[in-house]
Amino acid sequence: MTTHGPFDVTRPRGMARWWGPGLRNIGRALVTIGGLLMLWQAVVWATGVAPYILPAPRVVAIAWLGRPDYLLTNAAVTAAEMLLGLLFGGFLGAASAILIAAVAPARRWLMPVLIVSQAIPVFALAPVLVLWFGYGMASKVVMATLIIYFPVAAAFLDGLRRTEPGWLDLAHVMTRDRWAIVRTVRIPAALPALASGLRVAAAVAPIGAVIGEWVGSGAGLGFVMLHANGRAQTDLMFAALATLSALALVTYFAIDWGLRRALPWQPESPPDDRHL
Amino acid sequence: MAWGTPEPVALPATGANSIHVRGAHVSFDAGGGRSGPLFDNLEAEFSAGMFTCILGSSGVGKSSLLRLIAGLPPRRGTASGVVTDGDGQSLTGRIVYMDQRDLLLPWMTVLDNVLLGARLRGEPRQRGRALGLLQAVGLSGWEDARPEVLSGGMRQRAALARTLMEDRPFVLMDEPFQAVDAITRLVLQDLSARLLAGRTVVLVTHDPIEALRLGHHVQVLAGSPARLDPPVAPPGVPPRDPADPALVGLYRVLIARLQQAAK
Repeated sequence: MTTHGPFDVTRPRGMARWWGPGLRNIGRALVTIGGLLMLWQAVVWATGVAPYILPAPRVVAIAWLGRPDYLLTNAAVTAAEMLLGLLFGGFLGAASAILIAAVAPARRWLMPVLIVSQAIPVFALAPVLVLWFGYGMASKVVMATLIIYFPVAAAFLDGLRRTEPGWLDLAHVMTRDRWAIVRTVRIPAALPALASGLRVAAAVAPIGAVIGEWVGSGAGLGFVMLHANGRAQTDLMFAALATLSALALVTYFAIDWGLRRALPWQPESPPDDRHL
Repeated sequence: MAWGTPEPVALPATGANSIHVRGAHVSFDAGGGRSGPLFDNLEAEFSAGMFTCILGSSGVGKSSLLRLIAGLPPRRGTASGVVTDGDGQSLTGRIVYMDQRDLLLPWMTVLDNVLLGARLRGEPRQRGRALGLLQAVGLSGWEDARPEVLSGGMRQRAALARTLMEDRPFVLMDEPFQAVDAITRLVLQDLSARLLAGRTVVLVTHDPIEALRLGHHVQVLAGSPARLDPPVAPPGVPPRDPADPALVGLYRVLIARLQQAAK
């Protein structure tokens, strides 16, 4: 887009606009994590706690560097489960939200399903899912899909119901085609709400994948943690945990970055000290 | 001619493009038991090819009348009534509606906003004509900008271009220039008078000067339930100069009528 007039000179444009806040957020997160690591090291030094209860960060780092292939291969499995869960859960959630918002019978029949899907404790389903879909990736993907479905569907539906009434009036005078109005006005107007749902989904996706792996699996970071725990390899367990945290952070920031890029018109008013 | 005592004009409401409202019943429901009739069996006729300005205070039902003509359901409460053209045909699909808010879609460029109607109806988009209209309203070079970078006045210009793009015989305007500054308002009024000439325009406003500037006919909507006063026809051709002494007498009459209605 070309820049026009004096209205947007204070706004960072181009790469600065997309990378600026993201990079700064990641930088702050790293500083916080660094502080926590130092605190952790201090606790280990001060208390002299046994390494099989709480290994020092240095010991965890050594454990990580000792078996990077093992950890990364399993991280790839967990990452694939998360991403497939995000894909299916995001798609199903968005599709049900559109159906519920646009089709009256769907509202009556799907709305209860949506609520029930949240009333069932999904974690309690994990053993059943493993029984049905096996020890492989399928049961974990289903688990992640179930856990992601609700925040996406709920947030998008909320957005679809809150379309500015004036826009709908304008569109209704222009056409009688309700589906054209849904497609052209309602759905684009609700995309920022869908983005909020996807951000929540990105944060809960690792939970779904790892719970599935704990219940029964032969691969994945959850499997590594369970396996290492059984053999009192606490350092390896923490290494897997650190890898999972990094995976979760990268997933969240990647999705956040992608959504900002996709919705440049989204009004952004971050909490601002000047308004206080 | 003494314009201090305007003669009500006989409505020449003939012609296919006149608007006829028959038996309009609209009741509002503000919740908490605050409800009542806005219109009780309201009858109205608006002349073909003319600007009719409906003048009234806030809450008297100006927007409700426009929504009824536009075929939009009331925001709260109920509405019924028959709205036809001079031949008794429905107006559906021949109306364009312009609100006091620009209602530009923030995710579309200015050009795509102007082309919104064609996109909704799946018609071919007449880019060239849209660009011409943007030029006519003074927005050349802004077609690829998003509404967020435009000032309020520029946004309302874009909304006017979108209204003109629809190319409808019936134009309904709900205080379209209320939210812009005085100079922009004059410019937009001139543009509307020029570019909408020959169409049947119903413009509601609470500003007597705007009504006197733009209306071939001016009608006061007042009372509860509201009634339309007989139309008065200011002298001269719109857009009139608001400083024209000939309008001063009419201005006083309209203000007196509005004050009387407010009591």
